[in-house]
Amino acid sequence: MFAYLLRRLWQMIPTLLGVVLLVFFLFRKFGVDPVQTLASLNATPREIAEIRAQLGLNEPWWYQLAVFAKGIVTFDWGRSWATHETIAHLMATRLPATLTVTLPILVLDTLIAIPIALGVAYVRGSLTDRAIMVGTTVALSISFLVYVIVGQYLFGFQLGWFPVQGWSDSTWTNLVVYAPLPVLLAVLVGLSPQTRLYRSFFLDELGHDYVRTARAKGLTEPAVLFGHVLRNALIPILTNVGLGLPGILIGSFLIEVYFSIPGIGREVLLAVNRSDYPVIQAVTIYVAMLTMVANLVVDVSYRAVDPRVVLR
Amino acid sequence: MSEMPDFVSTSLVSTLADMAPPRRAAGVWRSAWRRFRRDGVGVVALAVVAAYAVLIACTGSGLVARHWQDEVGVPDAPPSFLGAPARATAGAAAPASAAAAAPAALDIADVDPLAPRYKEWNERAAQYHAQARPVAASLPFGGDRLGRDVLSKALKGTQISVSVGVLAAIVATLIGATLGALAGFFGGRVGDLVEWVYNVLTAVPEILLFFAFAAVFGRGISTLVLIMGLTGWTGQYRQVRAEFIKHSRREYVRAAEAIGASAGARMFRHILPNVSHVILVRMSLMVVGFIKAEVILSYLALGVATDQVSWGTMLAESQNELVLGHWWQLAAATIAMAVFVTAFSLMADAWRDALDPKLRGQR
Repeated sequence: MFAYLLRRLWQMIPTLLGVVLLVFFLFRKFGVDPVQTLASLNATPREIAEIRAQLGLNEPWWYQLAVFAKGIVTFDWGRSWATHETIAHLMATRLPATLTVTLPILVLDTLIAIPIALGVAYVRGSLTDRAIMVGTTVALSISFLVYVIVGQYLFGFQLGWFPVQGWSDSTWTNLVVYAPLPVLLAVLVGLSPQTRLYRSFFLDELGHDYVRTARAKGLTEPAVLFGHVLRNALIPILTNVGLGLPGILIGSFLIEVYFSIPGIGREVLLAVNRSDYPVIQAVTIYVAMLTMVANLVVDVSYRAVDPRVVLR
Repeated sequence: MSEMPDFVSTSLVSTLADMAPPRRAAGVWRSAWRRFRRDGVGVVALAVVAAYAVLIACTGSGLVARHWQDEVGVPDAPPSFLGAPARATAGAAAPASAAAAAPAALDIADVDPLAPRYKEWNERAAQYHAQARPVAASLPFGGDRLGRDVLSKALKGTQISVSVGVLAAIVATLIGATLGALAGFFGGRVGDLVEWVYNVLTAVPEILLFFAFAAVFGRGISTLVLIMGLTGWTGQYRQVRAEFIKHSRREYVRAAEAIGASAGARMFRHILPNVSHVILVRMSLMVVGFIKAEVILSYLALGVATDQVSWGTMLAESQNELVLGHWWQLAAATIAMAVFVTAFSLMADAWRDALDPKLRGQR
């Protein structure tokens, strides 16, 4: 187990290296010139040159890359070029807002989709099953944007159940006042694909011999469903949730932009628009690390759920 | 071509022994078509998609909705089917306010230093004739902020959105299938290299890649197709790679190798036809995904150019219109998109079930 973990961590290094190179060259080669966005409209060439020197953009590329690499090792990313806020402070202030929205979405989506999926898988082929499947297909064909536009108009503007948008300094206020509408809409959107996916997992399990055996030995239906089918289907479900974990960092950028929530996703869009390299690089590396760690956690948790799995 | 019967019979024996007689060359596709036809939902969905295809051909060739940019109605013209009341109030309100405003205008000619030149300007202005185009008070499905016909916009937008989705899926499939075939067939160093590219690309948040590519290529249809193709191939790659790993060890591929077929021939002439249905199904799922992505990107101003229309730009515009109660553009884009995407997904599902019964029920 320990050797396995060590090897997996070792294997992350080349991937991380690739991410570093990709982000470094992608934005430097193709992105907007950061000086252009930082300098005022009628900046003199001398001012532009000064800004360039100040940002270290005149250094050779390998020097800039080394600065980037140092940031990764020390977790000290310096300051945002646009706002002069330290990256650590930026992350610390934006992350709670993002998590306030994304964590409830992930948890609610999973907790609501699992029972629905188990239910429709159990009565597969029935009218209920088919109606729900048609419903999810139609729900899936409507754009996320439509849900957000109509949802905000209906629940926020017309019915007045929630504030249209806003954010406060208090986590509690955010959670009970401002987050519910975005969370509700995102859960609505996420429910259809998740229900379909989990239903297919459950159907797969329901077809196995052990289900028949369990029934044959006289187990009650709840015992078969929750003790056997659900437990076995947890492996693919866990995989799915695990792979969705990195998304909680910036996955909800559309929600954040639309509802003006000061989270990481919106910050990244701003950073890209003004070529704020330190912010882009820091967030990308964090997301990449989280992605790789999530993959590892998923693989390790297979072992916890299914003792037959051997980690090699 | 002379090898065709040989390869087909071998592949059929190994993979489809009980599905079709070995002598029939088109066995896989023909039996799939037979299964597809039995699927009522799939056939209806196919008909809807075909209707869309005809529509897109018409708009693409300029037969329909060619003048979608013309401002043919009053701004925010309501749909005709809403009836007279909406029109009457809208028409009555405008002259009344204009009449009320007229007497309020002050005569300031005594103190206005420009007053002596009013006459000259008026004469000059009279030389120009602005032809006021008659604008309709209502349009079949309403008008947008500029008075453009929403129905024409929806038709034109359908063409753009669907083309973007399909083209991006083709690009992504070409990249994903090629890399997947290489990695799955050769494994080893090549496989590791491609796998590394895959790992790197999936670890970077997609939206960052979108932004970076959009910054290079500017806005427009080709940009959208490129960025979605360049970032969206990973799913196709994963699947094709798995299939190639599986197939490259099968007997028919070994047999082909034994009679001297080159690696390229084994990959593309022997294995590819046997995994093409997997590629096709994945590609049709990608079309749906890319059409949805276009909407989001257009909202974030990364989508089609400003002089083009797509479902995404229509929805982005409708955000402000809805607050004023002008729901028709939102409805038109949503309906056009929902019908197409639903039909296309159902068709893809039916295809998958028909082409590969083993995959049934997966999403």
